[in-house]
Amino acid sequence: MNPSPLIEISDLRIRFHDDDGRLTYAVDGVDLSVAHGATLGLVGESGCGKSVTSLAIMGLLPKQSADISGAIRFDGFDLLKTSDQTLRDLRGNRLAMIFQEPMTSLNPSFTIGDQIVETILRHRGGSRRSARERAIDLLRRVHIPSPERRIDEYPHKLSGGMRQRVMIAMALACDPRLLIADEPTTALDVTLQAQILELMRELKAASGAAIILITHDLGVVAEVCDEVAVMYAGEIVERAPVDELFSAPQHPYTVGLLGSIPRLDHRAEQLATIEGMVPNMMQPPAGCRFAARCPFVLDACTKAPPRLVEISPGHLSRCIRAPLERLVS
Amino acid sequence: MALLKVDGLVKHFVAERSLFGRALAHVKAVDAVSFSLDAGKTLALVGESGCGKSTVSRLVLRLIEPDAGTIHFEGRDLLSLDAGALRAFRREAQIIFQDPYASLNPRMTVGQILTEPLALHNLVPPARRRERVEEILRLVGLEPRLARRYPHEFSGGQRQRIAIARALAVEPKLIICDEPVSALDVSIRSQILNLLRELQDRLGLAYIFVSHDLAVVKHIADHVAVMNLGQIVETAAADALFAAPRHPYSRALMSAIPVPKPRAKRSRIVLQGEIPSALNPPPGCRFHTRCPYVVDRCRSEMPQLMPDGIGHATACHRTSELPSSEAIVPTDGGFSPVLEKLVAAFSGGPEAVRGSGVSSSGTNPA
Repeated sequence: MNPSPLIEISDLRIRFHDDDGRLTYAVDGVDLSVAHGATLGLVGESGCGKSVTSLAIMGLLPKQSADISGAIRFDGFDLLKTSDQTLRDLRGNRLAMIFQEPMTSLNPSFTIGDQIVETILRHRGGSRRSARERAIDLLRRVHIPSPERRIDEYPHKLSGGMRQRVMIAMALACDPRLLIADEPTTALDVTLQAQILELMRELKAASGAAIILITHDLGVVAEVCDEVAVMYAGEIVERAPVDELFSAPQHPYTVGLLGSIPRLDHRAEQLATIEGMVPNMMQPPAGCRFAARCPFVLDACTKAPPRLVEISPGHLSRCIRAPLERLVS
Repeated sequence: MALLKVDGLVKHFVAERSLFGRALAHVKAVDAVSFSLDAGKTLALVGESGCGKSTVSRLVLRLIEPDAGTIHFEGRDLLSLDAGALRAFRREAQIIFQDPYASLNPRMTVGQILTEPLALHNLVPPARRRERVEEILRLVGLEPRLARRYPHEFSGGQRQRIAIARALAVEPKLIICDEPVSALDVSIRSQILNLLRELQDRLGLAYIFVSHDLAVVKHIADHVAVMNLGQIVETAAADALFAAPRHPYSRALMSAIPVPKPRAKRSRIVLQGEIPSALNPPPGCRFHTRCPYVVDRCRSEMPQLMPDGIGHATACHRTSELPSSEAIVPTDGGFSPVLEKLVAAFSGGPEAVRGSGVSSSGTNPA
């Protein structure tokens, strides 16, 4: 849509090999792009490849066990081909990431101030004093009360929601162009979740950064994303503007996901379920990877892998039965 | 008569001791909690981390001993039971946990895991135990031949089914479900929720459902008790509570539920400030530090849980003065008509679709 997206991933393939030389196809031909200032939701269940994709963007996959091919273009670089040095300069600077569990991503033996200041000095240089002032300012921006005092505390002294806000402050330290948030609210209570979502919206409006939000919670997606990509078994199966995804999904897997969420408006006696299990990614099926669990399956589905096809402008589906409206009209 | 009746339950944990072992500080995990639960019904305990909901569920099973209060199960006083009677009680009340990975012994086969309670309570003669295990596995939707496998060979959802099977083995009347679906993927979560419902209908089970996921609670619960810092602040029938929550804390919780509908109508109440520590709960109403409606009285006088006579009780001094809460709970507005039909077709299985699939393939043989 945008002539020059901020980040453009093309034909990303990631295979892991174990000690016996067996291959797992974690990500298989993913194309994605995110425009400046947009929020993309990357949705899917455990093992679908959404987190692996984000780790590839950050250059955080282990080189010994992961074979990566394709291209990730960001800011004039191909992230898959740049040197480690360049990646280190980008990470925490123009590229930032927030993880699900803030306690494991903060160093317990340094104060939160030290950790934020270190990031600022590493990428921006300047004096320690000005970095500290900036750190206090960042903590204030993420609504940490009395930041002048809090900055000298250790992570264990903070509550979960507060730690997640520190993580966000740290990610924002150098005004990133792209923020990857991997399940940023999953470990939090609903009231804190609301605070963090509100905060992410605020920051997006203020800084114009693009966000890739990785989550399995479609409620969170509906609230903060502009566009959504649904992943299943290493592939993107559907991509759509957020309104369309929720009103007229074009992949049966998305239909199943939406049907399986308990809803507030009416009390269904039975929730939809997706029967069966995800395919073994050591030997992905020849045809559509969702075919074995799909109630709309045809013989043709199991013969050849379906392509991701544009059903309506900006709405893509990897299903030969799309548009799905035909099935129920 | 209620299946379970809890009155004035109190549990304070010692958080800090002096050099000589004298308790210096207490965490008031549960403070004067009362509720009752009828057979075959579901009571949900909701609230944020640390509100005491899991402690209540463990007190009810006497996995930990309360400091004060009474628990009656079918009229029997649980706290006066001796060891033998307590063991017999454990047959009637079971618990399943959030993490099915941690709650199954990795060195035992599923068959052994399910046989153990049968043997322990001597429910089934040894010769018939294998048959009974197969029966229980079928009940939770697993194939009987899986009895020879070990827990690591199963997916998360299947392991939760095994944990449910183990709870069912002793034919309990009450199952405490402590965040049973929080660790599961969306599609698996719906399978387990459907299973819990189905088992309740079939076996007349009562559940205490501990959860922080309010959409799930709305789906499964008959009654809900909202807890904050060790106390119940509101309790009502699920429908009544979700239609119009009264306590400011319940309002904030419900207003924040994420719903799968872009631009859903909502008036979110974002609570400011941090959750106070249960180590040193604030005086007066324990919610007053975060309450948007706080007045002086709230800071000094603790509100009591006042029933309204039609089954809805609220612990707030200002219940009657607060603005209407009818638009608080976000509405997802339901699915679009097309999606509604698609979901129905999806759940109906291949037959439901192929009917319409045939007509479309008549014009367009794909």
